[in-house]
Amino acid sequence: MAMTLAEKILAAHAGLEHVSPGDFIEARVDMVLANDITAPLAIGQFQRLNVPGLFDRQRVALVQDHFAPPKDIAAANQCKLVRGFARQHGLAHYYEGGKTGGIEHVVLPEQGVVLPGEVIIGADSHTCTYGALGAFSTGMGSTDVAVAMATGRIWMKVPETIRFIYEGELQPWVGAKDLILYTISDIGVEGALYQAMEFGGPVIAAMGMDGRFTMANMAVEAGAKAGLFAVDDTTLDYVRRRTGRPFTVYHSDPDAQYALVRRYGVSQIEPQIAFPHLPSNTRPVSQAGHVPIDQVFIGSCTNGRISDLRQAARVLKGRQVDRQVRCIIIPGDATTYRQALVEGLIETFVEAGAMVGTPSCGPCLGGHSGVLGEGERCVSTTNRNFVGRMGHVKSEVYLANPAVAAASAILGRIAAPAEL
Amino acid sequence: MKLTGKAWKYGDNVNTDAIIPGRYLSTTDPKELAKHCLEDLDPTFASQVQTGDIIIAGKNFGCGSSREHAPLCLRAAGVSCVIAETFARIFLRNAINLGLPVLECPEAARAIQAGHRIEVELSTGQITDRDTGQIFQAKPYPEFMLKIIDAGGLVPHTMKQTNAAIGSGT
Repeated sequence: MAMTLAEKILAAHAGLEHVSPGDFIEARVDMVLANDITAPLAIGQFQRLNVPGLFDRQRVALVQDHFAPPKDIAAANQCKLVRGFARQHGLAHYYEGGKTGGIEHVVLPEQGVVLPGEVIIGADSHTCTYGALGAFSTGMGSTDVAVAMATGRIWMKVPETIRFIYEGELQPWVGAKDLILYTISDIGVEGALYQAMEFGGPVIAAMGMDGRFTMANMAVEAGAKAGLFAVDDTTLDYVRRRTGRPFTVYHSDPDAQYALVRRYGVSQIEPQIAFPHLPSNTRPVSQAGHVPIDQVFIGSCTNGRISDLRQAARVLKGRQVDRQVRCIIIPGDATTYRQALVEGLIETFVEAGAMVGTPSCGPCLGGHSGVLGEGERCVSTTNRNFVGRMGHVKSEVYLANPAVAAASAILGRIAAPAEL
Repeated sequence: MKLTGKAWKYGDNVNTDAIIPGRYLSTTDPKELAKHCLEDLDPTFASQVQTGDIIIAGKNFGCGSSREHAPLCLRAAGVSCVIAETFARIFLRNAINLGLPVLECPEAARAIQAGHRIEVELSTGQITDRDTGQIFQAKPYPEFMLKIIDAGGLVPHTMKQTNAAIGSGT
């Protein structure tokens, strides 16, 4: 019987010939992830389980990224707890700063820790990012992760799949972020609740890995369990440059059953901006009106990769950030940071008056290094614009792509790059 | 098991940043988290909630982050149950895993008003609004989840299974 990509991966990991949406399965997991905020709870639950150790020290990854480097004493104590656990159990994949550290969802693909065809669960909702590699990857809570760290297994309900097909020519300055914001505004923040999103079509086939990570990352903002892409030469090239580990490639059958198929003609799509306080509250930047801003943040697991920084630099090169605006740019991980240095992007940012930070989630969740005060507005390349997300309950977050964010930093208001 | 409490009513898409804002996540202490429960959505909640109270909400309750601090702080604040039209999937798992009952019942979620006295019979999923006398039936849990709920959460459930596996091997 025909299956989608998501169904094939889950069937293989449950040891079954076939699965259908709605089936409850127990699946083997290839990688289990937690960060400095969710790992402390997971470690507590893991200890309650009273098991001799991890199911496999090669298959558990811990990344210090949300409040790291520690923003205060409480955060330092949480980081210390996580570090101690990683040492005690001899974790093969522990990341905290240094040459490989950064934001979990930038680091793990970059280090070749997550691969096509795998099942990955993480105590972070944006774990769905690795679907860009053709993996089944989903966010769960700390208790689920604790049990998976002990047993290497997890229960799941097989989701239905919605297929999204993107066709046509992208307009200038329109990219992955705009496509996913447009899609979320089309189906709503619970438009794919309990379902998997599968992205395809000629526009996706021509898209680089960084863009695919951006789109898969935000699948959860439509309520989805996972966001998947077919494995192609772009994927294989990316993966083979990073690891020699073997993996299995699965493809959706041509006659697989989808809950829904949505087609988008992208030629009509302008750069998008999501107004407060939902990622679905999206409109074209040209219809934003006059919205003065106080901060711009370019970075995060959504848009902190090298292609994102290149886009921002193209806009900022030779220009100046408005004096009323704090422009904060944070490369997603150390590898991205180094590459940005080599390409002269960091110099461009500093010359333009932007501040460049240490790889971290930082401002995205109102953690540190760019928290908003009462009434402040921020154009951000992140994934959520909920009430109080980046700081004060009366602050506002507008989600956009890196070029729109950079243009807004220069003009001191929400702006399209084409206005410069 | 019967739960009774006063209803607190909220709308659609109550997200995990609203339940417990990111700025408070440098602790895992449930009591400390409970002090800030729902702070950005309803500043009166944390100081006025009574043990046993029930949250009534619209669609997609608990959307956003995977932070288990969200159900943890609701439970620590005294919330005995959440009734919503729909739940975000990670929140649903987290709540079940921690033993915080959550019920999907669009009719009850729409009809029940703030301040009403609510009674929930968990074993049957029956919800009663004692102020209006209306009775609602929540969607039953799948068998898989019932086992976790019966065990008191995922950790005790897993320990039971692990012990059973050890027992059958000897």
